[in-house]
Amino acid sequence: MSQSTSTGGDQKRISMLKVLNPFHVWALGVGIVLVGEFMGWNFSVAKGGAYGALIACWVIGLLYSCVAMIDSEVTSTVAAAGGQYTQAKHIIGPLMAFNVGLYLVMAYTMLEAADALIVGDLMAAVASATGYADLNPQPFVVLTIAFLAWLNYRGVFMTLTVNFVITLFAFLAIIALFIGSDPLNPGNILKHSDLLTELPYGWIGVVAALQFGMWYYLGIEGTCQAAEEVRSAGRAIPLGTIGGILTLLVAATLTWYVSTGLMPWQYLGQATTPLYDAASIIGNPSLQIVLFIGTMFAAIASANGCINDAARAWFSMGRDRYMPTWFGAIHPHYRTPFRAIIFLIPIAVSFAFTGLLDQVITFSILSGLLGYTFMSFNMMRFRKMWPLDVIKRGYIHPFHPIPAFTLLALCSVVYFATFLGYGASLLSIMAFYIVASVWFVKRRYQFVKRGDQFTMPWPRPKGY
Amino acid sequence: MTNYIPKTQHKRGQLFDSLFILFLVYVSLYIPLFLESDTKSADETTSAQVITWESLDVSPVEQEQWQKLGFDEVAAAEIINDRFDYTIDPVMLIITALVIIGYFFFVLRVSDRQYREVIAEKFGTAGSQANNEQGDAR
Repeated sequence: MSQSTSTGGDQKRISMLKVLNPFHVWALGVGIVLVGEFMGWNFSVAKGGAYGALIACWVIGLLYSCVAMIDSEVTSTVAAAGGQYTQAKHIIGPLMAFNVGLYLVMAYTMLEAADALIVGDLMAAVASATGYADLNPQPFVVLTIAFLAWLNYRGVFMTLTVNFVITLFAFLAIIALFIGSDPLNPGNILKHSDLLTELPYGWIGVVAALQFGMWYYLGIEGTCQAAEEVRSAGRAIPLGTIGGILTLLVAATLTWYVSTGLMPWQYLGQATTPLYDAASIIGNPSLQIVLFIGTMFAAIASANGCINDAARAWFSMGRDRYMPTWFGAIHPHYRTPFRAIIFLIPIAVSFAFTGLLDQVITFSILSGLLGYTFMSFNMMRFRKMWPLDVIKRGYIHPFHPIPAFTLLALCSVVYFATFLGYGASLLSIMAFYIVASVWFVKRRYQFVKRGDQFTMPWPRPKGY
Repeated sequence: MTNYIPKTQHKRGQLFDSLFILFLVYVSLYIPLFLESDTKSADETTSAQVITWESLDVSPVEQEQWQKLGFDEVAAAEIINDRFDYTIDPVMLIITALVIIGYFFFVLRVSDRQYREVIAEKFGTAGSQANNEQGDAR
């Protein structure tokens, strides 16, 4: 085994297979995120009312449009596993890269745990509805993570092909719900004129809603993790990512429209499965079954994409010695980062069983937010150190530096929104990243080969 | 300039480092349980009152939707009266802002120093490259 695995050390390097196309990239990005339309986004309704959630949807949509534009340009140029981690390594430096790698691993592993919990809870709900009360959901949580990890272990092509099919079904389920709600006859099924209220907490509630507005899109930047496995990074990553964000904008808008036309905002703000509840109110059994399957598929697709992305980020850090080199191995036959995949299974399961779902979700959101903050610095430096005429980009995003500044400003507002609801969690998560950074500088950095941290065929950066 | 030769890490050290970072994660997940500042709900005064749909200020259409969802007025009242409190503690806000800004300042500053080492090893020091370029020009 040791002869045929690549471990970032001195052994023979085996590369990952370049088999993915833009549809796989779309499936990876949208697959991770779409579960947020089925549940999670609605907590923004509790924070700021129905209109507050809509404003959050648009404002956070703008934040993610900036993320998609910036990511598409940098990733189409830095085509390597690890995504934003590899970008940070080449553009900002090792400590930032270490932090970005941790953001990715933590955001995805914790989201994966929450997804698996949803699958378990749905199974328990079905069992209860069919006369098997008190079904223990925990075995389903473990089975879901173990099955998806096995799929990821066996190869990225099959993993993301499965994700494409189930994500497409989940997206079509939202379209079916919209059509089933008779949108052309307002007042018949949808009762916006009676259910929409003024802002219950005023504008401070709208700001607070931004935190859970992240659920509409959280994880779309995961498309970058596929950069080393797509046939053409310059084409597939921008197409898949920007196609993904457009899909999510449509899905988010339809989700908000149908849900707020059917449920009082107070109920919607605490619902566990709002789209399934919407189908239940409409009273169409076929639609209920479609939404149940759609919810299940969305959660599975999200967990699947999270395993894919977390493992690649962890693998990349191992390959570069930021974390132990043992994790930087590629399977000799399946060409997947198999050790990273296996290592993260028990960790995801343990996160799921902590009983701290609130903290786990907040950790995931905040890790994502820290990553977006990094992206704004990253873009500014990338254009400054390698101007457009110096290196060839697969995609050049327009209006620079407006997206980078807009992203930084919106991230600041979302930090404030998080402070309003989860101030203690925010501080404890920041403490984690500060201690981890000091640990990297004092301990891990001594194992890092300096010159190996720059592998792109670019000229010397300006100013260095 | 001589290239930096990193230390080789043994298996036991690799295991220790992996477990250490996990330990940090779990600690940070549990810390908020010991700090008491997270989301507070207000207005728990309804239990002694007689609850009706009218007292909840719910319109007939809203009432109909609540009932379709399987809620009576008592169950709905628990949700309707559970409200967020957005009172801001300015001291905590300033501390939080300073922590986030300080974190990014530290990370960017140290990264820049490390990045210069990476670039010097990859491309040679800036001075030696300038000399090489002058030599090439001659």
